[in-house]
Amino acid sequence: MTPLAMLEPGGDGATALYIVAFSLFIIGVRRGTHPTTAKQGNLIAAAGMAIAVATTLLLDGIGNWGLLVAGLGVGTAVGVIASVRVQMTEMPQMVALYNGVGGGAVALIAWSEIRHGISLGHEIPLDELIPVLFAAVVGSVSFWGSNIAFAKLQDLIPTKPLAVPGQQVINALLLIGIVAACVNIAINNDDPSQAIFIAILVAAAVLGNLVVLPIGGADMPVVISLLNAFTGLSAAAAGFALDNVALIVAGTLVGSSGTILTMEMATAMNRSVGNVLFAGFGGAPSGGGGGPGEERPHTSIGAQDAAIKLAYADSVVIVPGYGLAVAQAQHAIKEVGDELEKRGVTVNYAIHPVAGRMPGHMNVLLAEADVPYEQLKEMEEINPEMPRTDVAVVVGANDVTNPAAKNDPDSPIAGMPIIEVDEAQQVIVIKRSLSPGFAGIDNDLFYEPNTSMLFADAKQAAADIASEIQNL
Amino acid sequence: MSLMTEITIFVLAAFVGFEVISKVPTTLHTPLMSQTNAIHGIVMLGGLIVVGYADDSLEYVIGTIAIVFGAINIVGGFMVTDRMLGMFSKKPKPKADADGKGGGP
Repeated sequence: MTPLAMLEPGGDGATALYIVAFSLFIIGVRRGTHPTTAKQGNLIAAAGMAIAVATTLLLDGIGNWGLLVAGLGVGTAVGVIASVRVQMTEMPQMVALYNGVGGGAVALIAWSEIRHGISLGHEIPLDELIPVLFAAVVGSVSFWGSNIAFAKLQDLIPTKPLAVPGQQVINALLLIGIVAACVNIAINNDDPSQAIFIAILVAAAVLGNLVVLPIGGADMPVVISLLNAFTGLSAAAAGFALDNVALIVAGTLVGSSGTILTMEMATAMNRSVGNVLFAGFGGAPSGGGGGPGEERPHTSIGAQDAAIKLAYADSVVIVPGYGLAVAQAQHAIKEVGDELEKRGVTVNYAIHPVAGRMPGHMNVLLAEADVPYEQLKEMEEINPEMPRTDVAVVVGANDVTNPAAKNDPDSPIAGMPIIEVDEAQQVIVIKRSLSPGFAGIDNDLFYEPNTSMLFADAKQAAADIASEIQNL
Repeated sequence: MSLMTEITIFVLAAFVGFEVISKVPTTLHTPLMSQTNAIHGIVMLGGLIVVGYADDSLEYVIGTIAIVFGAINIVGGFMVTDRMLGMFSKKPKPKADADGKGGGP
């Protein structure tokens, strides 16, 4: 007994506080889906977590405070140091690692529950045993799979797909073995074998390694998201075993929202989840031009995402081309520029000498739309600024932005001066399709990892982006 | 709680999760994944309960490691999410002479 103990385990007081906690999780996740509320949503969810942890520590009969404080202290310290030190570019592997330790915690708790059940010496009810077995398997797969994902993203092991011969067969056999062992434990629930349980943990660990190893680095975010959803489900299973409503709701919430999120991520990358998991493909896109008609991987986005990227940038460069003239999009583009400036974003327009079909074509069009003259920058003036530019928006321009002009000596446009949008942090290309421009050659820019394609008519797209920025 | 009550809660929570995520802008995929990742760190409560009521040395060890893992998951998860979302915070208004050393009145 401790002086702090004041809530009956499973009693009304503890349950009420758990309900407050998981309500905050739901509100937090909901707010996390919109850019203006996401930061607040994260804090709300964190507050929910603080309430859930405090409630548990106040449960009557909780003891062993030395260990509790030590565990909490060490974990908190590691978490704080790791997340403060991590570079922004290393965020995905950090999430993988955090997901992994979460899965590891689930597996360990499952193990401890089994030990506890065995030590009591009487039959373990199936409605407790089955969730424990599920939590053990999924938690262990998630722990090891996440660690492999981390190691790949951190370049500790080769990021390219590692194919093991007979891969699918081995995985299937492992899975069958795991299920058989679980059935064995469930049948012998009056005296389950701890050795078999540990064998299940180990087999699940091997499975976690084998499932993630063949997947290439480019697909890792989808894999991490999927493992995240799995860890959520295993946490819910632990909640069933422990009769803890906070675990059930929070774990399930992560499981189902994580599943939707995984599918959305895969769709955004033009992949399906099955494709990611079983195709063993998705390493670095193979170099070279890619023959005509051959589909090269690119990222496409919608007006809303484009608006978010632009609105939260510090500096934006708009690169107009012939497509802008054809679509008569100059007024709509000016409106985007105005909205961005209202938000404090620096906006410039980069004018390539041969953009459009005649010299000065773009200057005329933009002047007609009342774009201030100071914002129109010549190519030589804007190119040195490009590495400091957050987002470059290419509107209906093509050949004048093709990095092949400087990178590929065999290209028909080799040596042509270009607006170096590929130097910008991010590029949004508004274009109707991936079709080549005037010079009839593929534009490597479209397939760069930091380029997003917005397939639309320039005028419509600009109008949509402007209104999305207003809505932010 | 009866098993059926728990299953009811599970099914309802699953639908809440499906509904709450709808049309997320691509830019928010990673932060949202990271936030939900932090939320499943709630499993640390299981570790607290295990250690809090344990009376077996191996259970102490297993449970304490689970608490460490869970705490890393929670604290790291929420902090990393917060850092990622820093890009969405309001831009600081350009202030003249922010540090006051310039000698203005």
